Amino acid sequence: MGDGAFADRGADLQLVGIEKRFPGFTAIENLNLTIPAGSFFALLGPSGCGKTTTLRLVAGLEEPTNGRILIGGADVTNQKSFQRPVNTVFQSYALFPHMTVLENVAFGLRRRKIEGPVAKAHEALLLVELDHLAHRKPQQLSGGQQQRVALARAIVNRPALLLLDEPLGALDLKLRRQMQLELKTIQEEVGLTFLHVTHDQEEAMTMADTIAVMNKGRIEQMGEPQQLYELPKTAFVANFLGQSNLFTGPVVSTTSTAIAVDVSGQKIVVPLGRAHRVSGEVTIGVRPEKLTLHVDAPAHDSGRNAMGPGKVIDVSFSGVSTQYLVAVPSVGTLVVFAQNMAFGPAAHVGAEVWLSWNVDHGFGLDDDPADTPRFEADLDTKTIAQQRRSSLITELEEA
Amino acid sequence: MAFAVLASTAPSTTSAPSSDPVARRRSPVALFLLLPGILYLVLFFLTPLVSLLLTSFQAPREFGDIGQYDYAFRWQNYVEVVTTYWPHIVRSFSYALAATFFALLISYPLAYFIGVKARRWPLLQSLMLVLVIAPFFISFLLRTLAWKQLFSDESYVVQSLKALSLLAPEAHVTGTAFSVIFGLTYNFIPFMTLPLYTTLERLDVRYLEAGNDLYASPFQVFRKVTIPLSMPGIVAGTLLTFIPAAGDYINASRDFLGGTGTQMMGNVIEANFLVLQNFPAAAALSILLMTVILVIVGIYIKRSGTEELL
Repeated sequence: MGDGAFADRGADLQLVGIEKRFPGFTAIENLNLTIPAGSFFALLGPSGCGKTTTLRLVAGLEEPTNGRILIGGADVTNQKSFQRPVNTVFQSYALFPHMTVLENVAFGLRRRKIEGPVAKAHEALLLVELDHLAHRKPQQLSGGQQQRVALARAIVNRPALLLLDEPLGALDLKLRRQMQLELKTIQEEVGLTFLHVTHDQEEAMTMADTIAVMNKGRIEQMGEPQQLYELPKTAFVANFLGQSNLFTGPVVSTTSTAIAVDVSGQKIVVPLGRAHRVSGEVTIGVRPEKLTLHVDAPAHDSGRNAMGPGKVIDVSFSGVSTQYLVAVPSVGTLVVFAQNMAFGPAAHVGAEVWLSWNVDHGFGLDDDPADTPRFEADLDTKTIAQQRRSSLITELEEA
Repeated sequence: MAFAVLASTAPSTTSAPSSDPVARRRSPVALFLLLPGILYLVLFFLTPLVSLLLTSFQAPREFGDIGQYDYAFRWQNYVEVVTTYWPHIVRSFSYALAATFFALLISYPLAYFIGVKARRWPLLQSLMLVLVIAPFFISFLLRTLAWKQLFSDESYVVQSLKALSLLAPEAHVTGTAFSVIFGLTYNFIPFMTLPLYTTLERLDVRYLEAGNDLYASPFQVFRKVTIPLSMPGIVAGTLLTFIPAAGDYINASRDFLGGTGTQMMGNVIEANFLVLQNFPAAAALSILLMTVILVIVGIYIKRSGTEELL
């Protein structure tokens, strides 16, 4: 990028066959990714999945073992970090402690010899509503303020591509919501391409146009947030992005529109268009909020799948909804989120209940069930629920 | 000495919460515990200092022998030492400055390598630190004498340089400004390297990455980020080198690396005290040396703006 000029708009990013090996392990293998210009793209995954490494490769802070990186069509693989039209908001913010907030923000402008760096830095600080603190040192600011300075320091350069490395991780919930909104607004206002790396699925879903779920150095699934949530392709996506009830069984019959799966003797129907595998052993699932709880056995309905009877083993109230854990013999434990339409729970611990859901809400995964142990997902959601419950109890005890 | 100076500037930023009632309450136990230290300072620092100050104003005894002086207020002693020894005073500070400069030039990359680049190999890091300190295992005097040998006219070093016409046939290395500054630099390098290492070892490389990300070339990152962040180490290292180097009299002595034209303040103080028995002149020079160093150090710390980094 030349001196003295801004990028006039966001640029697209292309990763072609990227591979990154560190001594002893492979962080990323054969990653192909295209992020269109002007989009808000989120790389979502657990820690150690390679998402931060991907970001550092794009920023030029690491070199790929193989593959090419293109920004706006230009190959930048061999360019040094300071030559790339990219800026990063670091997880640690990395604000220079020996400079004032203003000098921090003007740093990039000065290096590129852009005219009027101080005025532009003030403008950027106004955008994040921190101009009144321009002459403080970063250590004198709160975490949220530092985060906004880090953001201002990056966007003031109008990079073709802005990289965000879990920048909201250190903030409390309220501030995080506020910053999410601000980030989104800024992105729309200035029209930059944002690449946001996060492990927070809610954050990714609220902010990004497109999410790529990454696991073990590979992209598991990519798409719009809603599409990813409603139709996950793998058990990992199904459980990392929200919670899921997953069942495994053989396909017993196939029609032109749906497949029927035998789950421990209970026949579950999934639409053909929502099933990634249509024969043999398959894993199917349904989101907890799609389940309806019945205290009596539901009447047969070809439009709904039914399961039961099961026993309620846990009820936890969370304001908007109530979470029930239902143990269904030989199937496992299912999670149900029920909206609190009436006062009090619909069923108490120990009650016998049935579950049903609209056939169209089920989904079939692409995973080979043989790869993953049966009901691994159920176990996972159970532990999550138990953790939530225990943390809730300790919170209540403290209060 | 240097640490005392550094420490004395630190409270300017940290003394703000003095309203804390616990900190303000005077405890007899604390005073009691401080007593040995205070006593020590009074006996071995304050008393000699006062004695030195009084000596510096002494006048020669009328009809007395050489070395006999009476207490007086003869401020002319100061005028006399400055007019007589001003070349030595200038030389002391310029040699010390040169030695500090070269020591910094050599130590910074060394400390940077040990403290930043070698972080991934802790064993190498410790080994290199040991190598930096290793010269201390041999006496300062012996090491300086060894250099005298190496730089003597008959040494292989000088002979080879002459054979290669890199040195004029009649030239000498010992007894020159070069050999004295070389000796000072060599002897004080560990004092420069260790404080630099301690700050660079804590340097967060994420700041350097942020600099790179913000379009700063490696050189610009070094100048705008690395240097300012390692300022505490630079200040401590330069003070630990400059202060003792300015008062050093071993390297510049004729018995070691110096010659008649390279005498520094330390040498004339030694000569006045031990040879000429002109105690007031020696004392006045000592006080002068101390004052000038204090002033220089004060200005330096103020200018380098490291109070808040310390």
